[in-house]
Amino acid sequence: MGNSKNMTDSGSDRFEQGFWDKIREETRIEPKDWMPEGYRKTLIRQIAQHAHSEIVGMQPEGNWITRAPTLERKIGLLAKVQDECGHGLYLYSAAETLGASREELLAALHEGRMKYSSIFNYPTLSWADIGAIGWLVDGAAIVNQISLCRNSYGPYARAMVRICKEESFHQRQGYGIMLTLTQGTDDQQAMAQDALNRWWWPTLMMFGPHDSESSHSEQSTAWKIKRQSNDELRQRFIDITVPQADHLGLAIPDPDLKWNEAEGHYESGEIDWDEFWAVVKGGGPCRRQRIKTRVDAHEKGQWVREAATAYAHKRASRQEAA
Amino acid sequence: MTQESDQWPLWEVFVRGKRGLSHQHTGSLYAADAQMALENARDLYTRRQEGISIWVVPSNSITASSPEEQGAFFEPAGDKVYRHPTFYPVPEGVENL
Repeated sequence: MGNSKNMTDSGSDRFEQGFWDKIREETRIEPKDWMPEGYRKTLIRQIAQHAHSEIVGMQPEGNWITRAPTLERKIGLLAKVQDECGHGLYLYSAAETLGASREELLAALHEGRMKYSSIFNYPTLSWADIGAIGWLVDGAAIVNQISLCRNSYGPYARAMVRICKEESFHQRQGYGIMLTLTQGTDDQQAMAQDALNRWWWPTLMMFGPHDSESSHSEQSTAWKIKRQSNDELRQRFIDITVPQADHLGLAIPDPDLKWNEAEGHYESGEIDWDEFWAVVKGGGPCRRQRIKTRVDAHEKGQWVREAATAYAHKRASRQEAA
Repeated sequence: MTQESDQWPLWEVFVRGKRGLSHQHTGSLYAADAQMALENARDLYTRRQEGISIWVVPSNSITASSPEEQGAFFEPAGDKVYRHPTFYPVPEGVENL
């Protein structure tokens, strides 16, 4: 008895050492590998919340499909929203490789026990918002996701690679809309500027709290789930996006924004952290509507799932009889 | 609230692209049967016409090699590709499992 206990201890030590060797050597951790329970739980939460964000994110943009100004814009928006659904599904699959169940993850979302990115709790008030979202929100997501392509968990990293390939179309679509508007009438230009004014700061908030306030960062960094810090990614996004706004002739709504030649970065003003925490804790303007729409869609789709099951049985019996 | 889709099996999807030499594992999805799995795989994994051939295989049918570190204390569950809860059958009437 004593012997087998020792063997178990050194056995699991060996597995743990193997885990950390892989982390250090940048070898991916795969579903059947030994991993610390905390690593598994953290990843399930992060990947699933990423998946929930994609699915809920279909709503603010789906809002404008029926009112897109041209057929080309409508087709582009439909394709983008369809992509977001697909991204959510890739991510649910990745989360499931860790032992989570789809039903459990959806129940957690619907019952408010799991979060999604708060950016999607803001309303889309004009067509220009669709441009702003594609340009800024997808732009910020790209910065974050490129970094995540190097995360230590295989299925999550591979999902990120696939998503990144599809995401650049989204950002170009958004920027294309902003370009059309800023080259248009005074009203169109004003609409574009208004959308930028409302989406700029919430987009910066997507990168999370300052590094100093970020409680989970240290552990996630040690596990190589997180490869770059919140502030680092946020700064990268700002540096990339300001010249794009300049090209559009739009003003970023930050009076403190200025180029720092010595640092090679843009300095920017302070985020309204009160708004940030209020929204993260559930105060976003559309939060209740987003969840209700999601739950309604799931419940009203029950008959479709039942029909598919019934049809599968019917098909199977037909094949047996044949 | 039991869901019909609780009983849908998990399928692994393999796609061979236009210039591809072999099928690559692309991901997984739930579907009621093979035909539905094929259609869902087409919609989910080949929106940009990446694939000219799709294979869907019930995850349960896949036997996988185990990671290098194998001890006698860990079941080398070669027939379980993931740590998926649906691979572990729950007896009727047992709750909270």
